[in-house]
Amino acid sequence: MIPESIDTEGVLEIFRKICLIRYFELNLKKVYDAGLMPKIPIYLSVGQETIAAALSMIYKGASLFGQHRGHGIYLAFGGSPAQLIDELLGLPTGCAGGMGGSASIQCPEIKMFGHDGLMGTQVPIGVGYAIGTGQTTITFMGDASAEEGYVLGAIGYAATKKAPILFVVCDNGLSILTKKDVRRNWNMADHAGFGIATMDITDDPWEIIRTGKLFKDQLPALINIQTNRELWHAGTGRDGQPNEFNRFNVTKNEIAMAGLGTEADTIEKEMEISIETLWNQRLQLTGRL
Amino acid sequence: MTVAETIREITKKHLQSGGVALGQCLTAVGWVGGTVPELTEQDGLIELSMDDTAGGGIAVGLALAGRRPIYIVRYQGFQWFNAAMIVNYAAKSKDMWGIPCPVFVRSVAMEGSIGPVASSSHHGMFTRMPGIEVVAPMTPAEYTSTWKYFMSHDVPIYVSEHRKSFPIDYELPNIIRPKADITLFPISVGRLNALEAVKELEKEDIMCNLIHIVRLKPFVPSNHMLKALADSIHGGIVVDTDFENGVSKCIAHDIMLASDKRVHTLGLKERAAGFAPHLDNLPPSPKEIIRKVKELIKDNRR
Repeated sequence: MIPESIDTEGVLEIFRKICLIRYFELNLKKVYDAGLMPKIPIYLSVGQETIAAALSMIYKGASLFGQHRGHGIYLAFGGSPAQLIDELLGLPTGCAGGMGGSASIQCPEIKMFGHDGLMGTQVPIGVGYAIGTGQTTITFMGDASAEEGYVLGAIGYAATKKAPILFVVCDNGLSILTKKDVRRNWNMADHAGFGIATMDITDDPWEIIRTGKLFKDQLPALINIQTNRELWHAGTGRDGQPNEFNRFNVTKNEIAMAGLGTEADTIEKEMEISIETLWNQRLQLTGRL
Repeated sequence: MTVAETIREITKKHLQSGGVALGQCLTAVGWVGGTVPELTEQDGLIELSMDDTAGGGIAVGLALAGRRPIYIVRYQGFQWFNAAMIVNYAAKSKDMWGIPCPVFVRSVAMEGSIGPVASSSHHGMFTRMPGIEVVAPMTPAEYTSTWKYFMSHDVPIYVSEHRKSFPIDYELPNIIRPKADITLFPISVGRLNALEAVKELEKEDIMCNLIHIVRLKPFVPSNHMLKALADSIHGGIVVDTDFENGVSKCIAHDIMLASDKRVHTLGLKERAAGFAPHLDNLPPSPKEIIRKVKELIKDNRR
């Protein structure tokens, strides 16, 4: 249910960001599957769009430390889609000059720092950055990275030093395909908070916004967000429909029920066309189409 | 001023100008051999938790924040945990994203009596990684020069320190003979042992050049190194305080490529160190260096 505290403009802005991420990645999948781009490892966040989209509404200007699944973070917080396409194509005009590919996206303009490829290192590095600058910082991790010893140690240290950092766990219950309950018998919100504010929620964007607002003035804090990834851990394959829910459809239905269905349809259609056009332009410019 | 006093003053001035220093147990007894100023967290002296792996990442984050952290690791052996984010992030950041990540890693070695992992030097694990420079200063001037270099460049630097350097208040000039039998290229505390060995060998009319190696990476054989080696009858030996399958063989290789002389290595023995004195694994002693020199001379004559 969309809370009354979010105005129409806000609702549609979130949906616009969700569509931006979704159609960017669906186009990427199409291009990748057609062999129109280098066969680098790619990490898609289709199905998880709401997390970055919702948090970007609350934490504008925050410094960002993502991991390998970073397209959604980059796009939601204002990174240029054209530069991300160029990055994925391995061009010097890419947001990391072609060095980052899909997994190591960086963008100084939105204060997004690249990732080095070792699971979870963005957490201690983000904590150090938050302590060093005193500025609001967000670090994103998966439920698997969250199990790294240095991740837990860094959360504990942030709690001790009261670092202004939000820990966001994108929890799809899988490490590649290994289920969480065979890897651990504990959860982040209950056992890995080290006394800071924590919450375990679903990827309902309205719930993320509510929790994000609640935590904004009491950092450090941790949000474990249960979500579904629609495509493979790496690459564009699909194991089947999302296990529990399709957040995109649920969100769209909620917006329609709030009387904004026409506006949402328009946004989705416009985004679908504009992103496809952008992809085609970049591919044509580089002689791939 | 001793090396310890030099480090303490450098750190104090750095903190006063907005920099930070961080590490575990900094304020504990001894203040890391008297190298850490007795300041507080408000002054920029940050006590870390005992999580070695996270500590390296926190130092990297502080570097990205522009604080030019001095990251103090009290035992070089602890680098097996601390190194991950230093070599995989700080060292790569500039290449990957054009974002410099200058961390001054103070890594302190000590000699023996501390078991299988923590003692002696472990600088070899850093020299193999691109994007980080490695230095092993042993004198006040060398340390000051290393710090000035760090502050005027934007690269992470691994400073392989040795506790035996802390009381040193003098410089260690090279020794170059007109007609030497052999040239020694010692590193870190190996320099002190090599110096003793040179004096002993001289009594037996075996003349040695002694060229101190301070900058381990990038290592560029200088003209005076090559000249000294070229003028030596029996080649050279790199004396290291790490295992030989590390930087000492790399340096020997580089020197050999730039010369027509053979250069051997002498470092820690290829085995674990035990706690009992007779099972320890120490850097080459003066006696061991003397033995190696004599063996080489004997072999060459044969």
